Amino acid sequence: MTQTQTQTQSWTQTQGHSPTAPSLQSSAGTPRPRAAVGIRAEGVTKSYGRTVVVDDVSIELPVGGLTALIGPNGAGKSTFLSIAARLLAADHGRVSVDGLDVTTTPGDVMARRLAVLRQDNHLEIRLTVRDLVAFGRFPHSKGRPTPEDLVHVEQAMAYLDLEEYADRYLDELSGGQRQRAFVAMVLCQDTDFVLLDEPLNNLDLRHAVAMMRRLRDAARELGRTVVVVVHDINIASCYADTIVAMCDGQVAASGSPAEIMRSELLEQIYGLEVGVHELDGQLIATYYS
Amino acid sequence: MVLALAGLSAWIGVADMSWEVFWVSRLPRTLAIVLAGAALAVSGLLMQLLVRNRFVEPSTVGTTEAAGLGLVVVTMLAPGAPLMAKMLVAACFALAGTWLFLRVVRLMPVREIILVPLIGLMLGGVLAAITTFLAFHNDLLQTLNSWMTGDFSGVLRGRYEMLWLVAALVAVAFVAADRFTVAGMGETFSLNAGINHRWVMGVGLSIVSLISAVVVVTVGVIPFLGLVVPNVISRMLGDNARRGLPWVAVMGAGLVLVCDILGRLIRYPYEIPVGTVMGVLGAGFFLYMLLRKPSHER
Repeated sequence: MTQTQTQTQSWTQTQGHSPTAPSLQSSAGTPRPRAAVGIRAEGVTKSYGRTVVVDDVSIELPVGGLTALIGPNGAGKSTFLSIAARLLAADHGRVSVDGLDVTTTPGDVMARRLAVLRQDNHLEIRLTVRDLVAFGRFPHSKGRPTPEDLVHVEQAMAYLDLEEYADRYLDELSGGQRQRAFVAMVLCQDTDFVLLDEPLNNLDLRHAVAMMRRLRDAARELGRTVVVVVHDINIASCYADTIVAMCDGQVAASGSPAEIMRSELLEQIYGLEVGVHELDGQLIATYYS
Repeated sequence: MVLALAGLSAWIGVADMSWEVFWVSRLPRTLAIVLAGAALAVSGLLMQLLVRNRFVEPSTVGTTEAAGLGLVVVTMLAPGAPLMAKMLVAACFALAGTWLFLRVVRLMPVREIILVPLIGLMLGGVLAAITTFLAFHNDLLQTLNSWMTGDFSGVLRGRYEMLWLVAALVAVAFVAADRFTVAGMGETFSLNAGINHRWVMGVGLSIVSLISAVVVVTVGVIPFLGLVVPNVISRMLGDNARRGLPWVAVMGAGLVLVCDILGRLIRYPYEIPVGTVMGVLGAGFFLYMLLRKPSHER
C-alpha cells in the first residue's frame, strides 16, 4: 500500500485549488516577524460544578506551524482553546501567548496578536461577507480602514474563495460558505496566533481539504502559529505539524503525526479499535468495524 | 424628501402665517420633530445592537417608562427643580430601568427571541403602573399624561432647546458606530476584536437612556419609532451601523414629520398627538414583524 513521496505530492495537488490561487500577503510584503515564544499553559484547570473539564494542563505549543488538538468528546479541547484565547477564565493556572499573559494583557493589544473563532457562530445582525471580513481589521483600523486594510480584506476573501459572495448577506449563504467567511475574518486580522475551534464544521470534502491547505500555508509561508480543534484524526495526521491529543481534561500525548498516529495510543485515547496504515505516504487511521 | 416634509411642516398651522409665528412656533416645532425623530430612531438601533434582538427599543423594554417614573418622583420630591435637573433624574431612572431589563433577560432560562421584548413590555407595564399610582396620589395625572403622549403642539421657542443635546448624543453614536456593530455580533467577537464589551454596553445604554429622558421631558413618548425605522433600514442596507445609521436618523426624522403632519391635518383645525398617530402605525408594524418569519428562514 505504501506509495512514494512524489505520488503524495500529486495527490494533494489535484485536491482543492490550483497552485496559482491567491495568497495572503503579510504587511508590505516583508516577512512577518515570528513570535519568539509560543502558547504556554501552566497548570490550567477548569471545572464546571464538580466536573473537571481541563485538569492541570501544562504544555507549550510550538511557534509557527499547524497544531491540531484532537481527542474524544468532552476531552476538554474546546475549553482549553477558549482559555488560551481569553474567552474563558481558568480556575487555576495561567496561559501566556508570546510571553503575554492572556488575562492581564489589554484586549486591544491581545487582539493584534491572537485571533480566535469559536465553534458555533450565529449572528443576529445582517452583515455582508465583505463587512464581516472587514471587521477582522478592527484591531488595526479601529473602524477607520486604510487602503491597506481594504487590500487585506479582498485578499482574505480571495484566499477562501469568497469573491462571488462578497456582497451577499451572511443569512443568505449556506453553512459552509458562512463558515469560510468567519475564517476569512479571523485570518484577515493578521495575527501571529490563530486559534480555531472546529473550522471544518459544515464544510464538504473539497472545502475541508482546501481549508486545511490554506491554514497550513498560512502557518508555513507566513510563519503564523495556527491551532485547530479537529475531530477527524486523519485530517490532523495529513495536515498538522504537531498533534496534541487530549483525554479526560489532560494532555494524553503530543508530538509529530508519526509519533501520535499509533494504534495503541489512539485506542487508549478513543477507547475504540484503531488500525493505522500508511497510505500514499500518509498515516491513516481506520476505525470502522 | 425629508427637507420637503420639513418645509411643509413649517407651513401648516392654525394661526395666520407671519414671521413671528414662524420663528416662535413653526420653526422650533419642525426642528424639535427632526431632532427627536432622528434621535429616537438611532436609540432604537443602538438598543437592538446592544441587546442583540430586533424587537427591542426604548419603549418596549421599560426604558421610557422608567424615565417617566423618574420624572414623577422628582416632581413629587422637588417640584421646583429646573427642567435640566429633572431630565437628569429621568435619565438615571431610564438607565436603571434598562439595567433591570437586562438583568431579567439574563436570568431567563430560555433565550427565545420573541420572549425578550415581551418581558420588556411587561416590565414597562409594571413601571407604568407604579408611575400612575404615584401620580394619582399626588395629583400629577395630567402632567404625567402630557409626558407619556408625544405631542409637538406645545413646542415653542425656549421650550425645546434641550433637544440639541440629543444631537450631540447622536454624533457620539456616529463616531462609535463600528464598536456598536461589533457589540451586536456578541461578546466573543467583541473580545476577539479587542473591544471592551462592557464599556461599549455602558456608553451605548447611557446614550439611549439620555435620549429617552430628553425626548420624554420635551415632547413626550413617541412609541415604536425606534423599532420601525431600524428594521426597515436593516432589510434594505443590513446592520452595519456605519452604513445604516445616517439613513436611520434621516428616516426617523421623516417618519415623525409625516405622523405630525397627519395628526395636524386629520381633524384640522384640531390636532391628534403625534404619539397617538405613531402608536397606531407602529403597533401595526410591530405585529407584522412578530408574525413574519425571520429573514434567515425565508
